Amino acid sequence: MTDQLVITGVSKRFGGIVANESISLSVPQGSITGMIGPNGSGKTTLFNSIVGHHPVDGGSITFEGREITRLRVPQIARLGMIRTFQQTRIFGKMTCMQNMAISDADHGYGLMALLKPVSGETRDRSEALLEFCGLHSKRHLLAGDLSFGQQKLLEFAMALMIRPRMLLLDEPTAGINPTLINGLIERLIRVNQDLGITLFVIEHNMRVIMNMAENIHCLAYGKLLASGAPDDIRNDQRVIDAYLGGH
Amino acid sequence: MNGRGQIILGIVIVAAALAAPLVFPDFRAQIAMLWVMVLFALTWDILGGQTGYNTFGNILFFGTGMYAAAVFQRDGGFDYFPGLFIGMGLGALISVALAAILGSMILRMRGHYFAIATLGLGIAAGEIASGWDYIGAGSGMSPPLFPGAPGISYIFFGYLFFGLALITFLLLAWVYRTRFGLALNAIRDNEDKAEAMGLKTDTYKIAAWMLAALFLGLCGGAAGNMLGFIDPRDTAFAGATFGVWMVLMAILGGKGTLWGPVLGAFVFHVTQEILWTHLLGWQRVALGLIIVGIVVFFPQGILGWARTRWPERFGHRVETS
Repeated sequence: MTDQLVITGVSKRFGGIVANESISLSVPQGSITGMIGPNGSGKTTLFNSIVGHHPVDGGSITFEGREITRLRVPQIARLGMIRTFQQTRIFGKMTCMQNMAISDADHGYGLMALLKPVSGETRDRSEALLEFCGLHSKRHLLAGDLSFGQQKLLEFAMALMIRPRMLLLDEPTAGINPTLINGLIERLIRVNQDLGITLFVIEHNMRVIMNMAENIHCLAYGKLLASGAPDDIRNDQRVIDAYLGGH
Repeated sequence: MNGRGQIILGIVIVAAALAAPLVFPDFRAQIAMLWVMVLFALTWDILGGQTGYNTFGNILFFGTGMYAAAVFQRDGGFDYFPGLFIGMGLGALISVALAAILGSMILRMRGHYFAIATLGLGIAAGEIASGWDYIGAGSGMSPPLFPGAPGISYIFFGYLFFGLALITFLLLAWVYRTRFGLALNAIRDNEDKAEAMGLKTDTYKIAAWMLAALFLGLCGGAAGNMLGFIDPRDTAFAGATFGVWMVLMAILGGKGTLWGPVLGAFVFHVTQEILWTHLLGWQRVALGLIIVGIVVFFPQGILGWARTRWPERFGHRVETS
C-alpha cells in the first residue's frame, strides 16, 4: 500500500509548551489507522496541524504526494481530506437535509455554482446517506435538536457527502452509548471497505481501536512513542507504562 | 407557511400596496417610508440574520447612495428622471465597490469585533461627509426639486420604493433557496465547521454584503430625493436612527427568516408612527422601552418565536415511514 498521508518531523509549540515534537508517521492508502495516547499528548494538535488549522513550527506534511504544510483548512478540505471534531460540529439551526445539501461538493464551491437550488440528485444522495446513518426519519428536524450521538452520526454523514478520500475522525465514539457504538464501528468499517475511504482515527476506547485499526500510532508527551500493529502496541512496554497501565 | 399560502399572502400584500397611496392620500409619505423600512430590514438580514454577522454599518451604503445620486444630479446635467435613475445606479455601484473593499478587510473579524468595526464605519462616514465641502459639508445637500405638484412626489417615490422592496424580496426568496443561502446559514451556525467542509466563507460573506449594499445604495439615492434634504448625520449616515432601526426591525420580525424582516418593518413603522402621533415629546423614551422589550422578551423575533412554538408548521417533524 502506498502512503496517502506522510508526516515528517512535524513540531508545534504553544508558547513554552511543546505539543508536538518532531513527529513522523504515515497513513497508508485505504487503511484504518489509529492514534492513541493519554490526554494532552498532542493527538488533536497533530490533527489540527494536518488540516491546516494552525501553522506548524517545523516539518512537512504531504497528502497524496502533494505538499500541504502551508495550505489552509478549506483548501485542504477541497483536496478530499475531511476531519470531524471531538466536540461535534454541525449546523444546528438548519435541518439535517440542509446540513447534507451544503456538504455536497459535487458542484464545486464557486459563487455561481452555489447560486442554484438544491438538486434532486443531491437530495437523493442526502437521503441515502442519512438512511445509512440511521437518521432518515429525522431528516427534517433541526440538527441542533438531535441528541449528541445522533449529531455525531450526522457529522459523519456530512463528511461522507463530500466524497472524501481520507477522513480524520477525532474520537468518533466519545459520548455515545454502547449500543450506538457498535453500529458506528460497523459503518466505519463499511465505509472503509466499500467506498475505499482511508480512516485516520483518534480513539480512547481500546476495544474499538484495537479491533478496527490495522496499525496504530501512540503519542505521549507530544512525541511519537510507538507505531505498529495492534498486538505489537498492546504488548509494547513503553505504551503500557505511558498509557495502557500495567494491569 | 406552505408555498401556496405564501403566494396568496404575497398577492394580497402587493394589491394592498398598489392601492394604499390612492386609498389613503394623507399617509402617502408614511407609506413610502414604510417600504424604505422594509428595504432596510431585508438588506440588513442578509448578513445580520442569515449569515449571523451583526453589522451596524449598513447605513454607510444608504448614505453613500444618497450623496452619490445627489452629486450626479447636481453635476451631471441631465433632466430630473434620467439624472435620478443614473444617479441611483451610480450610488449603488459605489456602495457595492465599498462593500467589496471594506468587506475583504473587516469580514475576517468575527462576532463582537466585526460589530464594533462596522459601528465605526457609519460614524466615520458621517464625520467625513460633514467635513467635505464638495458634498456640502456640515450644511448638507439639497437634491433637485421633484417636477410636478408637491403631493405627487410621494406617490412616485412610494411606488418606486415598493418596486425596489418587491424586487429585493423576490431576489432574496430565490437566493435563500439556493445552496448559497445554505452556505450563509452554515457560516451563521458554525463558521469553523463550514471552513472544515471546504466552503469559501470569506467569498460568500463579501458577496452577501455586496448584495445588501446594492439595494441600500439604490434605496439611498431615491430616499435623498424624497426627503428633499441630505444631512450628513441625520438622514444620510443616520446611525443612531435608521442604522439601529434596521437591526431592530429584523430582530423584531425574526432574523434569519424571509418574512421576518418584512413583518418587523411593518410592526415597527406603524408603532413608531402611532407613538409620534400620541406621545409627542415622549416618543424617543417609548421607542427606547420598545427596543428593550424586543431584545429581552422577543430575542428570536415574532417568526422565531412562532417556529419554536409550532415546529411542525415549519416542516420540522419526525417522519415515520
